Amino acid sequence: MFDALHRLLSRILLLVGLGLVMSGPAQTQEPLVADLSRHLVPITTGFAGTEVLLFGAVDEPGDIVMVVRGPTHEPVVRRLARISGIWVTRSQIRVGNVPSFYRVASTAPLETVASPSVLQRHQIGLANLDFTIERTDSGAEPQEYHDALIRLKQKEGLFNAEVQPIDVLGNRLFRSTVYFPANVPVGTYSVEVYLLRDGQVVSAQTTPLIISKIGLGADVYDFAHQQSAAYGLIAILLAVASGWLAAVAFKKG
Amino acid sequence: MQIYLPIAEMSVNVFLILGMGGAIGFMSGLFGVGGGFLMTPLLIFIGIPPAVAVGTGANQIVASSVSGVMAHWRRGNVDLKMGLLLVVGGLVGSTLGVFLFRLLAGLGQIDLAIRLSYVIFLGIIGGLMLIESVQRLRKDRKLGAGGARRKLHQHTWIHGLPLKMRFRRSKLYISAILPFCIGLLVGILTAIMGVGGGFVMVPAMIYLLGMPTSVVVGTSLFQIIFVTANTTFLQATVNQTVDVVLALLLLIGGVVGAQFGARAGMRLRGEQLRILLALIVLGVCINLFFELILTPDDLFSLGMG
Repeated sequence: MFDALHRLLSRILLLVGLGLVMSGPAQTQEPLVADLSRHLVPITTGFAGTEVLLFGAVDEPGDIVMVVRGPTHEPVVRRLARISGIWVTRSQIRVGNVPSFYRVASTAPLETVASPSVLQRHQIGLANLDFTIERTDSGAEPQEYHDALIRLKQKEGLFNAEVQPIDVLGNRLFRSTVYFPANVPVGTYSVEVYLLRDGQVVSAQTTPLIISKIGLGADVYDFAHQQSAAYGLIAILLAVASGWLAAVAFKKG
Repeated sequence: MQIYLPIAEMSVNVFLILGMGGAIGFMSGLFGVGGGFLMTPLLIFIGIPPAVAVGTGANQIVASSVSGVMAHWRRGNVDLKMGLLLVVGGLVGSTLGVFLFRLLAGLGQIDLAIRLSYVIFLGIIGGLMLIESVQRLRKDRKLGAGGARRKLHQHTWIHGLPLKMRFRRSKLYISAILPFCIGLLVGILTAIMGVGGGFVMVPAMIYLLGMPTSVVVGTSLFQIIFVTANTTFLQATVNQTVDVVLALLLLIGGVVGAQFGARAGMRLRGEQLRILLALIVLGVCINLFFELILTPDDLFSLGMG
């Protein structure tokens, strides 16, 4: 948790620093300003996915790239193999430094916007995500695990399959919508916006976005995790009471 | 209408869950079984994480068993002494099962363990039920209403075991070890498969213990309440995988469905019902068997964590 926060903060500081250097003393206007339609996405009882609008302006025309990253986690990727006719887990590997959610939007195809080294440095695009795979099994290369993880995350709707568009109005204003599906992980997200000219990052800005459970659902979750014994007892009592009620209510039938 | 499940951490359609609870409640009313063996695979099928499906399934079975046992209790169809012995075995078994579940989940083999147990147990029970019902139907046609009467007791090696106890309601004098072991096995299944285990316990009580059929269902429901309650508590404390919102939705559907099922059941003959149930059990078994042997879409899968 603190680790992730620290990483996020250092990234923000880096980008702010970068922005200051790039803007220079001569310019009175920021080269890039961007904001989100909201900074908090509440997951309430009726939550079924939502959209957040990113909007902003640039001082002069350029390419704009947006990256949305969820908090990092360490999922387990399993490889299946057939043993005497039955598919079983052959080996499992914990992969580190994986964003739980990842979306890229751009005004133009990524390869035309920046050089591979720039994309790699900022981890823009699925191919440039820098997972840490400590060990692998003899049956598969680390790259296979890397690709499998991206494929599985795409299937869950947490990584996007294609780079999404950013609409530009009059060379100055831009907007893009980010869709968060119902199974979106909670936590602190970072929304990074890059302004590029001639393949180089001219300006960048990072905005945090918090996705958090709110209301009854959040209370139930906290209760289940913090006082699990009491939660278990209440779950049993609820079941006994409703089963008894049902039997009494339908006694005649 | 969508509702967000706080523990499963996903949103589901309320009416889908109510409908599932209703359909399975209907079947449990119709056949007099818990229906957990259908509920857990269905929940996993609609995308509920397997661990949450198993933990929540146990919680839901507590409720359906409580409402089921009350009618049997009033009619005196619960053998309390036998029930308590089964409970003791079941508590030990389900505790072992929850920790076994955790161990297998850590090894990445829990999905395989769940599927394999389903295939093996549903295959055996469904097959036996089908064979027996078909044979009885044929016999009934040949002999008319009569048929051969079963002996009250058949003496086997089972009666040579030590620690004998008298069970008045069941009219039995047998070793206490046997019900304890049956309870233990069913307890492990409860934790791993998210079922009540009635479909294993009822045949075991009839064929292994030789209990009269009148007390079998009530006594097994009595045991299931305590064992699934223990499983619910342990899954909630050890794995945090009990979703009360999901359990309540399933319950509401289940309670209503069970009433309609019980009414529909009165119009069908016992043997026909048993053949139908056997076919459903075998259907689920074959479906899961193919999942084990067919090449999956993706040779990699994502674990929890």
